[in-house]
Amino acid sequence: MESNHNNVPQSAHAASAGGAEPNYINAHKGIWSWMTTVDHKRLGLMYLVGVLTFFGLGGIFALLVRTQLLGPIFGGASGKQEWLFSGDTYNKLFTLHGAVMVFLVIIPSIPASLGNFFLPLMLGAKDVAFPKLNLMSFYVYVLGGIFLLFSIFTGAVDTGWTFYTPYSSTTSTSVVSAVMGVFILGFSSILTGVNFIVTIHKMRAPGLTWVRLPLFVWAQYATSLIQVLATPVLAITLMLLAIERTMGIGIFDAKLGGDPVLFQHFFWFYSHPAVYIMILPAFGVISEIITINSRKQIFGYKAIAMSSVAIAVIGFLVWGHHMFTSGQSELASAVFSFLTFAVAIPTAIKTFSWVATMYGGSLRMNSAMWYAQAFLFLFTIGGLTGLFLGTLSVDIHLHDTYFVVAHFHYVMMGGTMTAFVGALHHWWPKMTGRMLNEFWGKVSCFFVFVGFNVTFFSQFLLGTKGMPRRYANYLPEFQTWHQISTIGSYLLGLGFFITLIYMIQSLINGEKAPKNPWGGLSLEWETDSPPIEHNFHGQPVVNNGPYEFPEIDHSKSNRGGH
Amino acid sequence: MGQQSSHSTAAGHNHPKYLAHHFESMEQQNSSGKLGMWLFLGQEVLFFSGLFLMYVLARMFYPDTFLAAHELLDWKLGALNTIFLLTSSLTMALAVRGAQVNSQPQMYWNIVATIVLGGAFMVVKYIEYSHKFHDGLLPGHFFDAAKAMHNGVPANIPGAPAVFFAIYFIMTGTHGLHVLIGMGLMLWLLVRIKRGDFNSENHVYLENVGLYWHIVDLIWIFLFPLLYLVR
Repeated sequence: MESNHNNVPQSAHAASAGGAEPNYINAHKGIWSWMTTVDHKRLGLMYLVGVLTFFGLGGIFALLVRTQLLGPIFGGASGKQEWLFSGDTYNKLFTLHGAVMVFLVIIPSIPASLGNFFLPLMLGAKDVAFPKLNLMSFYVYVLGGIFLLFSIFTGAVDTGWTFYTPYSSTTSTSVVSAVMGVFILGFSSILTGVNFIVTIHKMRAPGLTWVRLPLFVWAQYATSLIQVLATPVLAITLMLLAIERTMGIGIFDAKLGGDPVLFQHFFWFYSHPAVYIMILPAFGVISEIITINSRKQIFGYKAIAMSSVAIAVIGFLVWGHHMFTSGQSELASAVFSFLTFAVAIPTAIKTFSWVATMYGGSLRMNSAMWYAQAFLFLFTIGGLTGLFLGTLSVDIHLHDTYFVVAHFHYVMMGGTMTAFVGALHHWWPKMTGRMLNEFWGKVSCFFVFVGFNVTFFSQFLLGTKGMPRRYANYLPEFQTWHQISTIGSYLLGLGFFITLIYMIQSLINGEKAPKNPWGGLSLEWETDSPPIEHNFHGQPVVNNGPYEFPEIDHSKSNRGGH
Repeated sequence: MGQQSSHSTAAGHNHPKYLAHHFESMEQQNSSGKLGMWLFLGQEVLFFSGLFLMYVLARMFYPDTFLAAHELLDWKLGALNTIFLLTSSLTMALAVRGAQVNSQPQMYWNIVATIVLGGAFMVVKYIEYSHKFHDGLLPGHFFDAAKAMHNGVPANIPGAPAVFFAIYFIMTGTHGLHVLIGMGLMLWLLVRIKRGDFNSENHVYLENVGLYWHIVDLIWIFLFPLLYLVR
């Protein structure tokens, strides 16, 4: 459908935009033009709407889980007092929270929405390499989401998002629908990964060498490698699980002659690299936000770029650290523990480079930068507590406690989602042509940061005291910390709710955004806000790196930005 | 495309018919298509690797089962199928060659031959499967040793024969599904060849289906000895 535009006079489209050149949003009208679009920008926007919708849904599940844990649910031996939900319902709620957040929100969050939108723009390309495949990925995503949510109406799932066998192959809940949903979502992820790798290899503008790529592109590249190589293993695992349930084939169920630990190996062979699918794009975002708002050449460009790839590679070899208590051999555990520590090195290279980039920079503390600072704090805590859990002796005590829950929320939520929301603030003007309200951006960031820490730091304490994860009930001595955590979660929810309000406000009557509000040098800032349908007027040519800001060579006294 | 009009009209008349709007040259379009396919094949290898690992583990657990149960598979039919698939890979390669030398009939008839050989593979597979169904040599809960014995099949196998037949059906079934998809893609190729879409400059679609077909063939090369020729 795109090829015939050669014959359509531009003025035909221009009329609707009041004389201005049409952008990707108003170049075509009607719902059908969106449903059948192969424009990466429109698809990115559609993914964004999907991801944010599911984020709201997953967030509601989370708040329900936390509200249940407000208590009082501990009863005497005489029988349990129930507060809000039964144990069964609680199990379903935390499973849905986890499955929705992991598979429908965090994994597609930055790559599918912002990656789709900005990757071709940053490369100076007109589109991704396979636009129709891109459209197909989107529909596959929607289909997977429908399957996953369909399970809610057919009894939901109570296995936890990890679907561990043999419980998942024997529970009466709607596991098949849920795992088929995740299976389908996996193909969306794979196809997006293939598309991005080819796009980065083949669609770069003249002069855009590998060492001139914005670091967001490098991060996306490493992410896509994992998406392509790890996701199929999850697909086959879940397929086998579905067959195990329907036919009792005896692959995972020890009673039928299988090995449940095999499921764990399979599952984590995907799901640990998947953690890097979630966090690497966030690293890319942070590299962009911090550098542009520090008005400095980034510290250690190549080190950051290569550390993304190193994380992707080593990340394939650490899955056994989820299984220290599964009975795998001690030698294997020791090797996995060592490799887990090894991942910390490239990760620390990034963190130190970001801090070094800010050092001596002319910091502009806009709301995106606030979110980036929140990321640095939260991700550092999340990453370091990961080392606790990678230590064999410590993990034996902390395994399956709230310490683990707190750790991965610090990384996934405090890391990825904070970076994602920060990225939305950073690129919102480009995507929508409107500015966001800076004041309320900072207010929301404050609530998110404080709320997050109140919610999850208390869970570190709960975990070290021995509170096991996934329980609907707890002993009385845990109640205070649970209640503090729940109050924190409401603050966190409020923070995101504020964001939603001012984003809607911006769409309605936000200030018009200039082409390049933050003074970025990568190619997405060269085009209009919002971009024109085919991204650029003519083929852009690149002559310098993405962070060689004109003011760098001037005096450092130029503080305060714009 | 309007914004690029100055650029396009300059290139105007040598803008090839099959060049999509977002690519600059046929070379870029073709190499993108091929790289994408190779990545997809990498994905396929990882997808099947899960199945192969499952096989390794089950065989480690139940070596006697595998030794005894494989006797119930017909290695002659398996060998026949290997010949069918290997030959079909040859005809597929010849079809790609046909595109390179701009020979419409060479493309067309070699694809037809590939489809026929793929179909022959599926027919043989159907014969094998229906025997297994008839004898109750089925995966998991559906495995029925008594029925097999009643039909004169020595199904008194030690260990976990239900697991062996689960692995047999899952691995060959997943592979068979890939064969069917390949045949579907080739039917679509026939339409496009008839339409005159492919020539020496533009045949990346044909070549990609070829690459896919070769990996499907390659997977069978591993499946055949692992399942039929256990020692």
